[in-house]
Amino acid sequence: MRKLLATGVLALPLLAAPAAVFPALAEAGHGPKLLDTRFSFEGPFGTIDRAAAQRGFQIYKEVCAACHAMSLMSYRNLMDLGLSEAAVKGIAAEVQVEDVNDVGEKIERPGKPSDRFKKPFPNDAAAAAANGGAAPPDLSLIIKARPNGARYVFSLLQGYVDFDSLTDQQKAEFGLAKDYKLEEGKHFNIYFQPGEQGYKIGMAKPLSDGQVNYVDGSKNDLPSMARDVVTFLAWASEPHMEARKRTGVRVVLFLLIFAGMMYAVKRKIWADAH
Amino acid sequence: MASMQGKPPAFNSAVVRWIDKRLPIFTFMHHEYGVFPTPRNFNYWWSFGGIAMVMLITMIVTGIVLAMNYTPHVDYAFDSVERIRRDVPQGWLIQYMHMNGASFFFIAVFIHLFRGMYYGSYKNPRELLWMLGVVILLLMMATAFMGYVLPWGQMSFWGATVITNLFSAIPVFGEDIVTFLWGGFSVDNPTLNRFFSLHYLLPFVIVGVVVLHIAAMHVAGSNNPTGIDPRGPQDTLPFSPYYVTKDGYAVVVFLIFYAIFVFFAPDFFGEPDNYTKANPLQTPAHIVPEWYFLPFYAVLRSIPDKLGGVIAMFGAIGILFLLPWLDTSRVRSGRFRPMFKWFFWVFVIDCLVLGWVGGNPADAEISILGMHIPLLWIGRLATFWYYFHFLILLPLLGKIERPLPLPASIADSVLKPAAAR
Ligand code: HEC
Ligand code: HEM
Repeated sequence: MRKLLATGVLALPLLAAPAAVFPALAEAGHGPKLLDTRFSFEGPFGTIDRAAAQRGFQIYKEVCAACHAMSLMSYRNLMDLGLSEAAVKGIAAEVQVEDVNDVGEKIERPGKPSDRFKKPFPNDAAAAAANGGAAPPDLSLIIKARPNGARYVFSLLQGYVDFDSLTDQQKAEFGLAKDYKLEEGKHFNIYFQPGEQGYKIGMAKPLSDGQVNYVDGSKNDLPSMARDVVTFLAWASEPHMEARKRTGVRVVLFLLIFAGMMYAVKRKIWADAH
Repeated sequence: MASMQGKPPAFNSAVVRWIDKRLPIFTFMHHEYGVFPTPRNFNYWWSFGGIAMVMLITMIVTGIVLAMNYTPHVDYAFDSVERIRRDVPQGWLIQYMHMNGASFFFIAVFIHLFRGMYYGSYKNPRELLWMLGVVILLLMMATAFMGYVLPWGQMSFWGATVITNLFSAIPVFGEDIVTFLWGGFSVDNPTLNRFFSLHYLLPFVIVGVVVLHIAAMHVAGSNNPTGIDPRGPQDTLPFSPYYVTKDGYAVVVFLIFYAIFVFFAPDFFGEPDNYTKANPLQTPAHIVPEWYFLPFYAVLRSIPDKLGGVIAMFGAIGILFLLPWLDTSRVRSGRFRPMFKWFFWVFVIDCLVLGWVGGNPADAEISILGMHIPLLWIGRLATFWYYFHFLILLPLLGKIERPLPLPASIADSVLKPAAAR
């Protein structure tokens, strides 16, 4: 047993090695620290706050969907968030999708639950052209596609600063180059790609206090809305997250008991060999 | 095989006797895994061979299921992996097991390899056994590299581009070789297809080499923590049930760690950028390979010349083939080598430092006491030490070091363990 413990202790640095490597990477650019917050879905037992995620979907639908696709999501997936089948049918039917009819003609028909979320632009080139050259990324996986994704998007949505109102000293604190210029159509976001020529994002501030009215009357200041939409996006980036953790608890418990039994058997067998 | 000469055991079942007379697989299993005499003093470091075997099987089983649902095409690969995660029943489990399984396979194999280094398991008569192990490591690296390209994320694409481009450093034929690897003039659909084909093939080649590796081990017999050969039955135990239960226990404990990552931190070893579909027009800010390649990546980048870097990187693995002859000490186990013991741990730390340097941007610096030290220089120092360890230290140590007195026998060392530590 002593040896086993020693083995574990010695193996830990091996496991920790990549952990030590990656934070260093993330800190390579010197931006401000992300906003500190806790989400319901964090930790080994964390779950998706369904109500928040539903509100988050409302924000996506009313605001973000104007620019951002979520091509991995179908309307039917929303039922996993607790929306009723009738509600999902209604949401799907709000959009018109292109299809082909029985005789091969191109038609437009109301959406069905099995349809993917409707894309705002036909292709990346059109998306970029409509947004000053920066194509809005697909949001299906955005939480997984950024380091510390949930906190990052939460901060990003609240990270807009009016560039013209920055003092020279503040600009120096951001480490901006002397010849720094915010081009037409770019916006200053303190969390976006920090660097001498950084912080320039092609997305105008998408959310402001009170912008979306929730049916359930929940708080709709910017931090609350940012939290809601991040909860929705976190769910979308891994719809089976709760099943994964639940299964994990069972598997680890099983393995622990199994290991205990194996250890007892091993001890018994080895009793006469020592 | 040495142990095949024994009498066949008396099997109870007539069917088994019938088969065994015509094809003695039962006798073989009995000799090689049942009564196979195994040193009685293995510690748990010896379990990592079996653990690696379990991981290899896990990778093959999960891989075959993934391949049933995966589409090797640049337009569909990324979405098909997401479809596995989202829509295939239990697909998320299979995909995370495969993705994290690669990391845990490497963890097991690296521990197995360092175990061999510490206890001198590569020395006469186990040189070929060791070299077969290095072949397995190379095949694993090729397999994992190509597997990482399959999900066709940003890091898949750019990792593949950077690594395949290395071959262009080869004089005269370089560019042609790269074109040949790609099946075109850039990493594209033909590249993805051939990588998928090879990624499916190589694990079975690994299985073949593992069979040879184990066959060679059964000829020479296992090494053990004292490094001295068993002198008789008092020094050994039959593999079953003693090591079946001991290794079985170790496997389950290892699986606990594996499960914790699969279920609670499946993206820990991954790169966020690989959750963005490959885009040949947009280079990610930092291109980093998987963690198990980082030490070698650091060696590559520490040499200012491209061809030199490539040679140094492949040399870092190639030199392992020569290890049995570079180490001139006749004593196997590091336990009885007071100087080697320390340099072994320095070498382990050196490898971790290389891994850390390899994971950081090429131009990164760290500040210690107000001094800005470029990681490049740390990487160069660590690369130097890596080669210094093999080429200068090991040959020299065998000559100047005075080993501790060896125990008379394995049984002796088990009875008086205090003396041996
Ligand atoms: C008017 C169009 C528009 C709207 C509405 C919009 N975005 Fe964006 N978004 C963009 C563009 C354009 C980019 C690309 C910015 C760039 O790369 O410079 C972007 C980028 C992003 C990014 C990626 C930042 C990064 O790290 O690359 C996130 C996350 C994001 N948007 C979230 C949202 C959310 C959440 C909403 C809804 C509350 C939203 N956006 C609404 C246009 C929009
Ligand atoms: C030596 C054993 C193996 C190793 C080390 C290995 C490694 C890998 C790695 C690192 C990935 C990328 C995972 C990701 O980042 O998403 C991958 C993907 C994949 N592998 Fe393997 N693999 C092995 C065996 C196999 C086998 C035997 C098969 C098929 C028979 C297979 C099929 C696949 C498929 C289809 C993918 C793409 C889907 C995905 O990305 O999950 N693998 N492999």
